[in-house]
Amino acid sequence: METSAPYCPKCGAANPSDAAYCYLCQARFTDGAERDAATAENDTHLQAAFPTVEAAGGAPQTFRIDRPISFYDAAAENVLRSQFLFLILFGLFFILGGTIGAAYNNWQGGVAVAALVYVILASVAWFNGASIVLSLHDARRADPVNDRQLINVVEEMAIAAGLPPPKVFVMETLGMNAFAAGRTPREAVVAVTRGLVNKLDREELQGVVAHELAHIKGRDTLYGICAAVLVGAVAMMSDMFLRGTFFSGHRRNSEDSRGNIAFLLLGVALALLAPLAAKILQMSISRQREYHADAGAAEFTRNPLALAAALDKISTGGTHVPGENRGTQHLFIINPVQSFTGESSALISTHPPTAARIQRLKTMAGTA
Amino acid sequence: MYWIPLVLLGAFLLGFVTSYNRLVSLRNIFNNAWHQIDVQLKRRYDLIPNLVEAVRGYLTHERETLEKVIAARGAAVNATGAAAQAKAENVLTESLKSLFAVVESYPDLKANQNVMELQEELTSTENRISFARQFYNDSVMAYNTAIQSIPANLVASLFNFAPAEYFQADEASRAVPKVDLR
Repeated sequence: METSAPYCPKCGAANPSDAAYCYLCQARFTDGAERDAATAENDTHLQAAFPTVEAAGGAPQTFRIDRPISFYDAAAENVLRSQFLFLILFGLFFILGGTIGAAYNNWQGGVAVAALVYVILASVAWFNGASIVLSLHDARRADPVNDRQLINVVEEMAIAAGLPPPKVFVMETLGMNAFAAGRTPREAVVAVTRGLVNKLDREELQGVVAHELAHIKGRDTLYGICAAVLVGAVAMMSDMFLRGTFFSGHRRNSEDSRGNIAFLLLGVALALLAPLAAKILQMSISRQREYHADAGAAEFTRNPLALAAALDKISTGGTHVPGENRGTQHLFIINPVQSFTGESSALISTHPPTAARIQRLKTMAGTA
Repeated sequence: MYWIPLVLLGAFLLGFVTSYNRLVSLRNIFNNAWHQIDVQLKRRYDLIPNLVEAVRGYLTHERETLEKVIAARGAAVNATGAAAQAKAENVLTESLKSLFAVVESYPDLKANQNVMELQEELTSTENRISFARQFYNDSVMAYNTAIQSIPANLVASLFNFAPAEYFQADEASRAVPKVDLR
């Protein structure tokens, strides 16, 4: 059932197995060892859902597009996968708390501290709304007269998605990018760059806007906040434990104070590894949400090829935005900070390789 | 062990209530989606007089085309019954199509800021109408799937949740009007 997609040795883009040229960078394929090596190397891009298997050098995998997928199936599958990943992330978090607690002979205390840390960080994140992201990237309210087409496109897609129309913002830059923010559909915003509005035609713009609305409909900002908070909390607890300040008040009585050696060792190991594992999980959730939003865009526009064309244009046309930084990179339709060529590391990328996204969209249209 | 039947009964009731509530909310979504189509059709009726006003001065030799649009709009506004209305809407869409074809052959008119804005509005309105219909059909599908699935089908048959009908474009309007003048 799994077929091996060949990867361009130059840029890492996935290509049809009979292609003579890379469709992305136009490099000519040389058959044989070189291409196989590139394919093997690029297998690390794959199968976002189970990164730990890849990290452990698991069986080579391919993009899962070997069968025609409808956007309904794609959407349902992605939802299941991101919920599963989320469950693992939550589990990891409380196991870390419990183990650290057990090292002090008090695992309930550890879980309680973990829950407390989570609640504090989550409420900080919750009250930092969309306005910060918007001002960070210099986004201004779209002009109802001059940006009429953009506003119309957003309102059309809101109808297709069954959402209240979000507020529309424009970033005055020639780079091509877009993001959505806001925790609920009611307070959602969509921001696009001037370059995107100028260089995409109406249908491509619809595709991009539909992708952003799919993020809003899937509550992806919320997913993002929760995942980021969990990663932050895991890092914080690991730090506290390694510095010996987890239970800072010395209220324990003397027979408890030596702690449990086995759990102490386990705790140290977890505290060292958990932050990395949490980060990898967070990133693979983020990649699942991107695939999910692409499938959602296909559902709303019934035109996956327009989004595929837009992604292609964006990735070759420059994706830079004002105020781009690692804190908000995951919000954009294509990551403005990191480029998705062969060199990008698959495990800690916020987005799947653009070529893989385009390929999936083409599969939904039945033309890949 | 007397509590086991109680727990089972509780679980049953909870499942019953949640699936009933889900059906109600799905039914409201597709009912609302149906009315959203009307909202967009109304938007089109409101735009047409502006469009006609903006091009009237240029199109003195195209009275016939303009009158057709106006007549079709009037017929669509006054149509009663779903079938009659769908038919009138199709006539209106066709007449708009020929109006835009005419506009295309007048370069002054095509470049006119006002006309360009109106064209964008009408393009958008045509899109809104079709996306509203698409969303209606999507919500009908979600609802119909829900009332036919186990266990909600029990609740559905008990409380008369009838399957909803899809919006079907007839053959003539299946060819989407391409009001695409950028």
